[in-house]
Amino acid sequence: MIKKVYSKSKLVAKTGNEVIAEALRQIEPDVIAAYPITPATEIVQIFSQFVADGVVKSEYIAVESEHSAISATIAASAAGARAMTSTSSQGLSLMWEMLYIAAGLRLPVIMAEVNRAISAPININADHSDTMGTRDAGWIQIYSENSQEAYDNIIQVTRIAEKAKLPAMVTMDGFITSHCMEVVEVYPDADVKTFVGEYKPERYLLDIKKPYTLGAIDLQDYYFEHRYQLAQAVRDAKDIILDIAGEFERTFGRKYGFYEKYMLDDAEVAIVIIGSTAGNVKAVVKELREKGIKAGLLKIRVYRPFPSEQIAKELAHVKVIAVMDRSDSCSGAFPPIYSDLTASLYSAGVVGPKILSYVYGIGGREFSSEQIVDVYEKLGKVASGAEKPFKGVEYINIRIK
Amino acid sequence: MSVKMIEVRWHGRGGQGAKTAALLFAEAVMATGKYIQAFPEYGPERMGAPVQSFNRISEEPIIIHSGIKNPDYVVVLDSSLMESVPVTEGLGKGGKIVINTSLSTSKIAQKLDIDISQVHVVNASQIALETIGRDIPNTPMLGALVKVIGTLDINGVLEDIETKLTAKFRHKPGVMKGNLTSIKRAFDEVKN
Repeated sequence: MIKKVYSKSKLVAKTGNEVIAEALRQIEPDVIAAYPITPATEIVQIFSQFVADGVVKSEYIAVESEHSAISATIAASAAGARAMTSTSSQGLSLMWEMLYIAAGLRLPVIMAEVNRAISAPININADHSDTMGTRDAGWIQIYSENSQEAYDNIIQVTRIAEKAKLPAMVTMDGFITSHCMEVVEVYPDADVKTFVGEYKPERYLLDIKKPYTLGAIDLQDYYFEHRYQLAQAVRDAKDIILDIAGEFERTFGRKYGFYEKYMLDDAEVAIVIIGSTAGNVKAVVKELREKGIKAGLLKIRVYRPFPSEQIAKELAHVKVIAVMDRSDSCSGAFPPIYSDLTASLYSAGVVGPKILSYVYGIGGREFSSEQIVDVYEKLGKVASGAEKPFKGVEYINIRIK
Repeated sequence: MSVKMIEVRWHGRGGQGAKTAALLFAEAVMATGKYIQAFPEYGPERMGAPVQSFNRISEEPIIIHSGIKNPDYVVVLDSSLMESVPVTEGLGKGGKIVINTSLSTSKIAQKLDIDISQVHVVNASQIALETIGRDIPNTPMLGALVKVIGTLDINGVLEDIETKLTAKFRHKPGVMKGNLTSIKRAFDEVKN
């Protein structure tokens, strides 16, 4: 039988998109402004139906582009509303300048993002290039392995963003999660509403008793301080994220943190990964453990803020680490997670582990269980000294060498 | 996993409801207390073009999110696909294929070059025409698949589908009845 974590919840079979729409219905934000894009379309399509049917009292603004979608969301948030949007890939790209503005204005805009490759060439399948491209915009970024996590994350992030006064996005993998129906535990409306509470902004533009200016020109006299404060707010969000995760666990029973460890504590070789592929890696780790191989996994959930010190501590004992990026940085150096992770370990004085950089799954390319086993085999050979670690970046399942 | 997971691949043509069938099937199987996944082939869909969808069924939580390469069961909604699509690809010796066709199991086994014990046939198009009034073979094929898998509870599946269809066709009770009858008939009529 299917096990429930929270006794009052209901088990449903839903896709990732459906379950995000369900969470948005329960949260019932004041405003949602959105423009549809594959594979995120259903989220706002279903939500707009809720609005049309009078199921929610939210204001739904159908706009003419993603730039307008995020602009309207930012404006609604500035006016004092709990405001949300949803997008993917090219849509997120078109929002780019406004993403920085949402963060710079310190507005808790919430986004449900479905990870998809970036053009050109045109591709609608999953990789993380879209959100990784916005990783330094000052947004909190939380990645989901499956629909349950996407649902739980969007509920938590509503609180996190408002407490941190930062915009935040929750992501899930395009098609793999967004279009996969699976069993999800959905909590009662009242309990979700109680958990997210009412949004009470400290200051907002429609508060005529406390008028203030938002988004004024800010040159060499103050700009630097304000950008510093933004960077600091992202750092400070770490405590908030853990506090809310704790409250979430006490309420609904599911435990969340910056990352999830799977058989990591005594691991000699480990994979670090983000998103839906983590489940496939867990299945491989389980098999390898049965053969006596000390394999482990660290799945990053919170990528922004990057839990630098904590990850360095968790990985210090591992002999060889593979960092799996589902986006490439085209930097001439290394992809994003690898860069963040190696800098974190080095800065913490953790220089023991050898760290290999892999790029996989670009544009939806298959990364099979056999290939995951191959990665662990390589790590094992490097750990035993039988093989040397490769330099640079290794691309998995690519036909060009 | 201690209990073996069941993996299913559906073949159809864009618009025939291969995706809907996988989703409906998963929901119904979940109602009988099992963990499920249902997902379409990733990519743009075109009316009439060959499409695939997939199911996983397990007694334990399903943690993998990868494509299905070696299905235990293959369901073919449109027998003309046998000419152009390798429908038996990845199907092992113990695997079974369920085909919507008026042909016999021996003819199909010959055509697909597999053992006759692996082949199950049902004339789902005929059943759909007689019960629903249109050639929509996806719902009857659900019943056929439940029978061929053998370990699923047909009554639980029917109950759940009845609830879903009652909500969906609340203005057309006849459609709901026709769909349910088609599932039952395919369950009874599918043969090896």
